[in-house]
Amino acid sequence: MSTETKAAAGRDASRIHNIGYRSYDGPRLGRAYARRSLFSQTLRGSFGLGRSAKSKVLPMLLFGVMALVAAILVAVSIAAPDATKLVVKYTSYAIYLQAVIGLFIAAQAPQAVSRDLRFKSVPLYFSRPIEHADYVVAKFAATASALFILTGAPLLILYVGSLLAKFDFADQTKWFGQGLVSVALLSVLFAGLGLVMAALTPRRGFGVAAVIALLTITYGAVSTVQAIAWETGSEGAVQWLGLFSPITLIDGVQTAFLGATSAFPGGEGPGAGVGVVYLLVVLALVAGSYAVLLRRYRRVGL
Amino acid sequence: MYAWSLTRIQPSGLTTAVVRATNVISVTAVIATEALSMRFPRVTALDRLTLDIGPGVTGLVGSNGAGKSTLIKILLGLSPATEGRAAVLGLDVATSGAAIRERVGYMPEHDCLPPDVSATEFVVHMARMSGLPPTAARERTADTLRHVGLYEERYRPIGGYSTGMKQRVKLAQALVHDPQLVLLDEPTNGLDPVGRDEMLGLIRRIHTDFGISVLVTSHLLGELERTCDHVVVIDGGTLLRSSSTSDFTETTATLAVEVTDSDTHPDGTGALRKVLTDAGVTLIGHDGIDTEGLPGAGHILLIEATGEETYDVVRDSVAGLGLGLVRMEQRRHQIAEVFLTEQGAAQAAVPAAAATAGAVQQKGSGRDEH
Repeated sequence: MSTETKAAAGRDASRIHNIGYRSYDGPRLGRAYARRSLFSQTLRGSFGLGRSAKSKVLPMLLFGVMALVAAILVAVSIAAPDATKLVVKYTSYAIYLQAVIGLFIAAQAPQAVSRDLRFKSVPLYFSRPIEHADYVVAKFAATASALFILTGAPLLILYVGSLLAKFDFADQTKWFGQGLVSVALLSVLFAGLGLVMAALTPRRGFGVAAVIALLTITYGAVSTVQAIAWETGSEGAVQWLGLFSPITLIDGVQTAFLGATSAFPGGEGPGAGVGVVYLLVVLALVAGSYAVLLRRYRRVGL
Repeated sequence: MYAWSLTRIQPSGLTTAVVRATNVISVTAVIATEALSMRFPRVTALDRLTLDIGPGVTGLVGSNGAGKSTLIKILLGLSPATEGRAAVLGLDVATSGAAIRERVGYMPEHDCLPPDVSATEFVVHMARMSGLPPTAARERTADTLRHVGLYEERYRPIGGYSTGMKQRVKLAQALVHDPQLVLLDEPTNGLDPVGRDEMLGLIRRIHTDFGISVLVTSHLLGELERTCDHVVVIDGGTLLRSSSTSDFTETTATLAVEVTDSDTHPDGTGALRKVLTDAGVTLIGHDGIDTEGLPGAGHILLIEATGEETYDVVRDSVAGLGLGLVRMEQRRHQIAEVFLTEQGAAQAAVPAAAATAGAVQQKGSGRDEH
């Protein structure tokens, strides 16, 4: 119990660990590199890479579903006699499979942000050279990229399949390009909304529920009201109602500018004029999400 | 005892000690603050705090809400001070926050580790966040985890770690980028006595072996005296005291002596005390009795060793009385005694007695943990 015995114990303990300390004189790559590292870590984490086997299951399953459905559609298209194009439009694919995309963002947005909040790892980031904006940008970009991979990969499968089936190259390439632009926009929008919902709560479960609620309730409400508007003959209202849910926003933008066929009742989406409003709303939502996230992390700090 | 405690009580003596320490340190200050204040709408967290902290291990002591965490936040350049200036490693916190954070490591007080990744993965990630290239990040992680004492378990998910192991991971992530200074917020929180001693040993090694300066906060004075070169006490955002631990723990040594009783001397301790007092040896504590409430309490004499001859006097006295010498060991003065002595003096009613009682009590509670 004396000082001597304590000191001696300390020496013994340290002798075991004492293998010589090497200092680090190499390069320190600074903020931009740290931001890229955070981006790639989050992106990999979105698909469960570098994490436990359990956390790989859901994202890989959803990715598999997205790819498998595309492969089946390709097979159906090729098998059909005298087919000249795919049985599905590139721009429609994400709309058809919106439930899968919704599940993915609901599961992975909390993974990207709630984890750091819940386990209080955020101070460890901000005690390093990166700033709050770097953190938000990296997380936002990584989540959007993960969604883009999820939604872009099946389009690639469709495109490759269509080329194998010797469909018209120019047409397919143009539509594929339009499809990629559309899912890119969708990825950024969904990532922003998903991250905002997830960042509001450190509880993963709440985050998941909030994202699913945001996507499904708004979509359910909008499509119901649209259907009622269509039935009651107020067709003019249909295209404006589409502004109130994320997926119908994307639907509107791609119908107006990317040659898509709208899934709105009656199949009539907004024209170019209203389409500009759609596009502005999408951009405003993305910018707003970024601003909210920045505010949120400024508050968290240390 | 009076000679010793009186020099500690005298305010002028304190002032010169602080001034001397400050002058020496400011030449190579690792952390320097000048009239640093942090005011929130309702609270003043720091009130014109002026500090000079040199290389080595520095303890920052204060009760909860004393302003420790606020100070750390300002030092990391994360929240601007209301007024005053602060510099870390010669860099102004207001303008060079990112440069400071590249050279400084921070270990938070609270839990901050995700449970589903391994220590290796987590620390590699944190190393990259500090700007280390991928290969260097992996090498430094392996090195650092070994240095903090994590071996095979570093490949397992952190969720299954003990508190002690988690603290080591937290320490490793603060050290992985080889900073020049680490800020450790309550690193011994929640550790058992053995874990606490190991952590304190590690903290000591961060400076002695790794050459990294350390600022460690704690609300336990006792554990800092063994670890720190310098102790800063803040309370209510103001500086209570800043002094080198060697200043007041190594100038004199305390000897603890325990003897057996014999038929001739049924109260061996009492007999020895009498002989020693006659021999002119200074007793410490209440009549030299260490009343800690531990086994042997009341049977341990605390005396002041002024040199080699004191040991001889004790040996000869014990032999002369024909008693058995159970123990004779050196103890450093505990910092707690010093601070409590000051408080006792401030309360002033019966300075010496109050201070001594307080010191003994504090020592008792401090040592209960071991």
